Amino acid sequence: MNLDITREVKQHSTILTLKGEVDVYTSPQLKHQLLPLVTENNQEVVVNLEQVEYMDSTGLGVFIGALKASKQSDAQLKLRNPQPRIERLFQITGLQDVMDIKQEEEA
Amino acid sequence: MVRCIEGGQPNVNEDMKEQYRTFLNQYIASKKEVDLYRGEQLSKEMLETGVSPEELVSYHIETIKTEHPDLPEDVIRSFNFLVEVMVGYGIQYREHQSLLQKQIQLQSDIEVAAGMQQTLLPDVPHHIPNIDLGMFSVAAKQMSGDYYHFNYKPYRGYLGMAVADIIGKGIPAALCMSMIKYAIESLPEYNLEPHVLMENINRVVEKNIDPSMFITMIYGAYDLKTHLFQYATAGHEPAIYYSQNDEMYYDLQSKGVVLGLNPDSTYTCFEQVIHPGDMIILFSDGVTETQKDGRFIQRQDFIQLIREYQHLEAQHMAEELQQALLAWSDFDLKDDQTIIIVKRPEKP
Repeated sequence: MNLDITREVKQHSTILTLKGEVDVYTSPQLKHQLLPLVTENNQEVVVNLEQVEYMDSTGLGVFIGALKASKQSDAQLKLRNPQPRIERLFQITGLQDVMDIKQEEEA
Repeated sequence: MVRCIEGGQPNVNEDMKEQYRTFLNQYIASKKEVDLYRGEQLSKEMLETGVSPEELVSYHIETIKTEHPDLPEDVIRSFNFLVEVMVGYGIQYREHQSLLQKQIQLQSDIEVAAGMQQTLLPDVPHHIPNIDLGMFSVAAKQMSGDYYHFNYKPYRGYLGMAVADIIGKGIPAALCMSMIKYAIESLPEYNLEPHVLMENINRVVEKNIDPSMFITMIYGAYDLKTHLFQYATAGHEPAIYYSQNDEMYYDLQSKGVVLGLNPDSTYTCFEQVIHPGDMIILFSDGVTETQKDGRFIQRQDFIQLIREYQHLEAQHMAEELQQALLAWSDFDLKDDQTIIIVKRPEKP
């Protein structure tokens, strides 16, 4: 299974829409796209996870790395619409309390 | 133009050439299997002395041309073509051989690291009064990303236990593992309260790992006199508590972010009184990430499995669970699995 990443760029905001699996094989691809965005000052980066069917701890690690980087650059990292299994992953790891993760209708 | 093999065939010595010529001519004349076999044996000898495929093919052509000078032009051209192809093939072959060598070297390094990792993992303490303890830990690959720890202080009636899951596997995970081990072991005894321990470990981890690495961990302290189980979790799978009173399984409450995210993370100390016949199960996410018939199992599936074996002694039970999980995953583990079981016997 692969990961497709589409990018929509607005003035101060970029939306990354992911489709597929975020795992040990595809994480480098995500990291490569995500990290430069969150190191830009005052950028808003929205990652839509609606079509992500599986994420392992390596995938989670990419978001942790991105969160740390965003704090240094005052960028905002927002994760949207994770499927229940992935939402549980964010909840168990305690990341739901420290990251901006929501279902779109709540946003 | 056909590429020339510089200086003839340096690795094909005269003796080999003579043997090759003899076997080839004999085979062409009689088509006997024995000559094919001899040719095959000779090829092994050639391989050992470093004869490349293109050298061998060149010598074959040279021999045929000498023995059969009236070969059609088309056949000779096809030989030229073959030599050219074999030059490319030979380069690829040598690259492949070189990669194989590197792989063997790497494998040997990993074996050394795996051996080192094994020495980091503690033995399970035996004959602990008032409880029955069992555990297993298996690696999906050669090296594990799971770490477990026991901290038994008989004079204080204290049994500390931890399960940690380090992101990734292999050598980085093993290095991280040694960091956790030494961080836990270097803490003074008055700092062994689970949440305090977790905060200390978190500071060490945060300072020493790559930004995209993290560790999940549960640390529990079992008071062997009062049977109070105190614990703290850092982004780890909630432990399971079995209550003999209502014969129900519960998730032990958990709260706390993964280790390594923020140096100032705080953790909560939770408590659970363990009554006679009760049981606690700590485990890594490799257990609940088991795939059965191509789908991830649910926590309830795991609890159902525990029910089947709950009557057994803790170690026996742990081993049965391991076997059952292995069978569920069709004997091909995708992730490391660790389980610690603590049972309080019904009768002291």
